[in-house]
Amino acid sequence: MSQDNNSNNEPRLMKGNEALAEAAIRAGIHAYFGYPITPQSEILEYFTREMPKRGRVVVQAESELAAINMVYGAAGAGARVMTSSSSPGISLMQEGISYIASAQLPCLIVNVNRGGPGLGTIQPSQGDYWQAVKGGGHGDYHSIVLAPASVQEMADFVFDAFRLAEKYRNPSFILADGALGQMMEKVILPTEGSLPYPDKNWATVGMGERKERNIITSLFIQPEEMEKVNLRLQEKYKAMQKEVRFESILTEDADILLVAYGLGARICQKVVELGREKDIKIGLLRPITLYPFPKDEIARLASRVQSVLVVEMNAGQMVEDVALAVNGQCPVNFTGRMGGMIASPEEVFQKVEAIVEKQTLTLK
Amino acid sequence: MENKIPEEFEVVYHKPATLTDTPLHYCPGCGHGIVHKILMEVVDELNIQDKTVGVAPVGCSVFAYNYMNIDMQEAAHGRASAVATGIKRVLPDRYVFSYQGDGDLAAIGTAETIHTVNRGENILMIFINNAIYGMTGGQMAPTTLLGQVTATSPFGRESVTMGNPLKITDLVAMLPGAYYVSRHSIFTSNAIRKLKKAITKSFEYQKEKKGTCFIEVVSNCPSGWKMTPVESMEWIEEHMLPIYPLGDLKVPKVESKAAMDKPN
Amino acid sequence: MIKGTVKIDEEICKGCELCIVACPQGSLGLSSHINTHGYRYVELIKDNCTGCINCAIVCPEPAITVYRQPKVAKSKVA
Repeated sequence: MSQDNNSNNEPRLMKGNEALAEAAIRAGIHAYFGYPITPQSEILEYFTREMPKRGRVVVQAESELAAINMVYGAAGAGARVMTSSSSPGISLMQEGISYIASAQLPCLIVNVNRGGPGLGTIQPSQGDYWQAVKGGGHGDYHSIVLAPASVQEMADFVFDAFRLAEKYRNPSFILADGALGQMMEKVILPTEGSLPYPDKNWATVGMGERKERNIITSLFIQPEEMEKVNLRLQEKYKAMQKEVRFESILTEDADILLVAYGLGARICQKVVELGREKDIKIGLLRPITLYPFPKDEIARLASRVQSVLVVEMNAGQMVEDVALAVNGQCPVNFTGRMGGMIASPEEVFQKVEAIVEKQTLTLK
Repeated sequence: MENKIPEEFEVVYHKPATLTDTPLHYCPGCGHGIVHKILMEVVDELNIQDKTVGVAPVGCSVFAYNYMNIDMQEAAHGRASAVATGIKRVLPDRYVFSYQGDGDLAAIGTAETIHTVNRGENILMIFINNAIYGMTGGQMAPTTLLGQVTATSPFGRESVTMGNPLKITDLVAMLPGAYYVSRHSIFTSNAIRKLKKAITKSFEYQKEKKGTCFIEVVSNCPSGWKMTPVESMEWIEEHMLPIYPLGDLKVPKVESKAAMDKPN
Repeated sequence: MIKGTVKIDEEICKGCELCIVACPQGSLGLSSHINTHGYRYVELIKDNCTGCINCAIVCPEPAITVYRQPKVAKSKVA
């Protein structure tokens, strides 16, 4: 669909994948390297149409393995660069992401999560939470993980992801899902050029006037050195904790706290409404950053609510982080559909009612 | 024998400034040292130290960036040409090269190798072929010769179960994206001189942005082959060169005389 | 006959002997001493070096600097 893409910020109707891609171009990315996979091939296609027109680089690589290594090279050379894929392709990228994290390179990786494991399905899922948040690749590292819940956030979070990636010299993830990638919603795109480029004096751009060469590597063969590198990374992750973001919907007076992200949160918004209609005070905490995780806020709320219900589209992944944060202050329940199935708000609400009954909660 | 250098003598050869002072960790007589030196001599002589970015592989030369005094990146195993692609695409006016062994380029990196050349990326790909995996203890490589004994072909490589020596350079030369493909060696000083010419040409061709330059260097592994360095150079001549013959596999087309005579 | 000579860094040399074979004059040989890394290093054993740099070309370390008498015989400056 041909649009006046360079222009201003009137609201328009866009598919999540394309809004993300357009936002990335406006965020000033120099290059995109990717490979087709459903349900995110539109991202690659959008870039192949638009990047040459706007003087940027786009390459359809021979595989996701190649794509993530092109990202490594270009990021190491100081460029603002990204890739995207979906679950099985993200699995292929894990080695590269570990290298990127260890070499401390900023970049953006977008996962439009589909059902798995294995080749799976092309329907949406949240089965890659662990992969994104707990590492996925080898070694002690973390990516910054942002979880959009609307097409608007698919666009906005690109700017946030690059800002954080470059601030901390770290890979950033946008963990979306097949529905968010495919659905069309109103979006006001960010302004082109409004994300300045930081100075990257560590990049391999050729020595120029520099006396010392720059080396980008993740190899530190002496254990003393490797430990130092790891300690530096851990310090960084500690510093990143202040970037935590979440959205609270009617949490302050809630008896039942729902915790959900992305599409799960969209469903839970309706569940909150259904509950409030029936005088059940349901609240929703929507993590926006999955790493850093809003554990402090969850711990705080856990001391005020009677029960927590974690709603995911997987077999139970984020629920473990919620349970850790709740730390026994109240029961932590879970409901999740898998394999690309999406629960309806009514279905989730029934689980809430069951909790109220089973746990004989005295609601406020 | 104590050697006092006469005052009027000039230096006619010294180590290039583009090599660092770090002593090489390679085994005695290893071809890596020779190729590093020649490569850095060319960078020095073409005066492009400030504009060159190299990509090191996984293998014995994983620490190449300790020896080459230029900006460098360490790639994951097999991915050096993809990493080099990323660098060259965002820095098209720099001189970019990847440096890989036979496992990196012709086993795990085969897809990247073929597709980097297929896209005609304007980089120099250096392929060090010594028919063995040195760093990990001398296992079979895709380019290991039939009958050659390695740690994973203890009775000699046999084609039925282990395949044949992979002549990847020949495959790559068939691709339109390949601009200059040449096979060299380091087994004599003459061969090394020819290698240096090929590397020099490759950096000059990179300015033309007409495709990938790919140089295979038939090299040695005295430790893996279990022979002395001197014996290993003889082994190259006797056993490797019949399978991997030296010479150009693809050269840029020479402009026709008529085209050259045309006024601007 | 042009005269030349070489300086071999004894600590860097690993005694691989490639230069010994490459030298057309047979000027080089392995020392009977070893360096601190345990290698017998190479040294000049004859006085007939021509400064052809073949040894330096084949040396992997590289450990050899080559010197040569200037080509044109300089007339004595008054």
